[in-house]
Amino acid sequence: MTDGNPKIVVRGLCKSFGSNWVLRDLDLDVAEGQSLAVIGGSGTGKSVLIKCIIGLLEPDSGSILVDGEETVGLPPHERECITRKFGMLFQGAALFDSLPVWENVAFGLVQSQGMARLEARTAALEAMNLVGLDSDIADRSPAELSGGMQKRAGLARAIATRPDILFFDEPTTGLDPIMGSVIDNLIVKSVRDLGATALTITHDMASARRIADNIAMIYEGRIVWHGPVAQIDRSENDMVDQFINGRSVGPIQLQVAV
Amino acid sequence: MRFLASIGRATISTFALIGQITVFAVVGLYHCVRPPFYPRLIVQQMIEIGYYSLPVVGLTAIFTGAVLALQSFNGFSFAGEATIANVVVWGITRELGPVLAGLMVAGRVGAAMAAEIGTMRVTEQIDALTTLSTNPFKYLIAPRLIAGIAMLPLLVILADIIGVLGGFIVSIYDFGFNPTTYLKSTWDGLDATGFISGLVKAAVFGFLVALMGTYHGYHSKGGAQGVGQATTNAVVSASILLLLFNFIITALFFAT
Repeated sequence: MTDGNPKIVVRGLCKSFGSNWVLRDLDLDVAEGQSLAVIGGSGTGKSVLIKCIIGLLEPDSGSILVDGEETVGLPPHERECITRKFGMLFQGAALFDSLPVWENVAFGLVQSQGMARLEARTAALEAMNLVGLDSDIADRSPAELSGGMQKRAGLARAIATRPDILFFDEPTTGLDPIMGSVIDNLIVKSVRDLGATALTITHDMASARRIADNIAMIYEGRIVWHGPVAQIDRSENDMVDQFINGRSVGPIQLQVAV
Repeated sequence: MRFLASIGRATISTFALIGQITVFAVVGLYHCVRPPFYPRLIVQQMIEIGYYSLPVVGLTAIFTGAVLALQSFNGFSFAGEATIANVVVWGITRELGPVLAGLMVAGRVGAAMAAEIGTMRVTEQIDALTTLSTNPFKYLIAPRLIAGIAMLPLLVILADIIGVLGGFIVSIYDFGFNPTTYLKSTWDGLDATGFISGLVKAAVFGFLVALMGTYHGYHSKGGAQGVGQATTNAVVSASILLLLFNFIITALFFAT
């Protein structure tokens, strides 16, 4: 499955909420330095997968290795050491309302790396500059920013600590196509500059093609196809074909109430 | 049979909820005493709970003290300076000061805590804290618990003073009592156990208000409706628990 050293290895991952099994014996590898996009429809388990890897959800069973270290069942203080390797851009940016933009961007530097506030502000302004945000907005509240600017600020926060692994949760959702493209290009640039490994979940195929080296498709809690982005149009997988072409008829059955 | 099953389900879910709240409280208190601490956030919460609640608590206390004096004067036909002063100072320091301050803070601060943390939950800001290697219990819950425990007793001391002042104003200007005699009677009527029990109640109430606000906010889900529900639950549960613990603490201090 992988081309290089595996950075993230997921084996036999299962997660349910009551009687609803969201992840069913899922296997996935992400190679070091690779940018992988996990695609799939709504409710197929994309968000649950990424939350299990980050540690926001505890899987029912299975194994998640990050740099060869098992992360499932880790006590909180050991989990924090793993989390320091991560940067994450949330779907809605998830900026802290109570803090100005620069403090949002500098949050990881101050809280987890113990950097002095003055130094952290300089580093935050540099990170904002990398994603095309002007220093004029540093003291503004996140609520005063547009959706696109919030996404950029969220990206700046994710890269400010120079993490090894970046996670992107639906990075273009809610943005117009031009701003979506801008965010995708910033993601590609940031990942390349940091030399990071990236895992993106999206149902936006245009975004997946721009961001990813490899694509994996998830359906009913399992990976049903995994390969290079260049091969997705000739995957010979009916589910992948149906999804990327947006056809309503095919093996993927949607429950549509009439 | 179906009726019994529904009673059983309700009983189990009530005990499960009590268990969840107890675990949340223990974890929250654990993080109150384990570093890292966030002094800036603690001071910010102290100002929010203490300073900004002072007007509403002060107004409640002054009118309650005044009403207590009025009702005591009308209720006791033999009432003089000593009786009214004693009723006011006992009533305010032992019961009305801490309970009314607690209820006012539950309505003002508990609701705000639940709404703020609930919004952070549904907008993934709490998840973002975790991904930034920051424990949400240390960053969000512990500062509020510490501030609640620390500030309610201070608010209650001020509420006691303002409440007694309310009774004093009515007694002097309405009933024509002698101010010096009234104040002396107030001082004589003030007992250490009653005053301390009021402060113990205040600390417990501060903890309960912060606990309910943070618990319901932290576990809110379902968008705006969920946050609204969390806010209502925080105020209602804090108010009920406050009255329950008022009885328990009173019984512990004064039951013979």
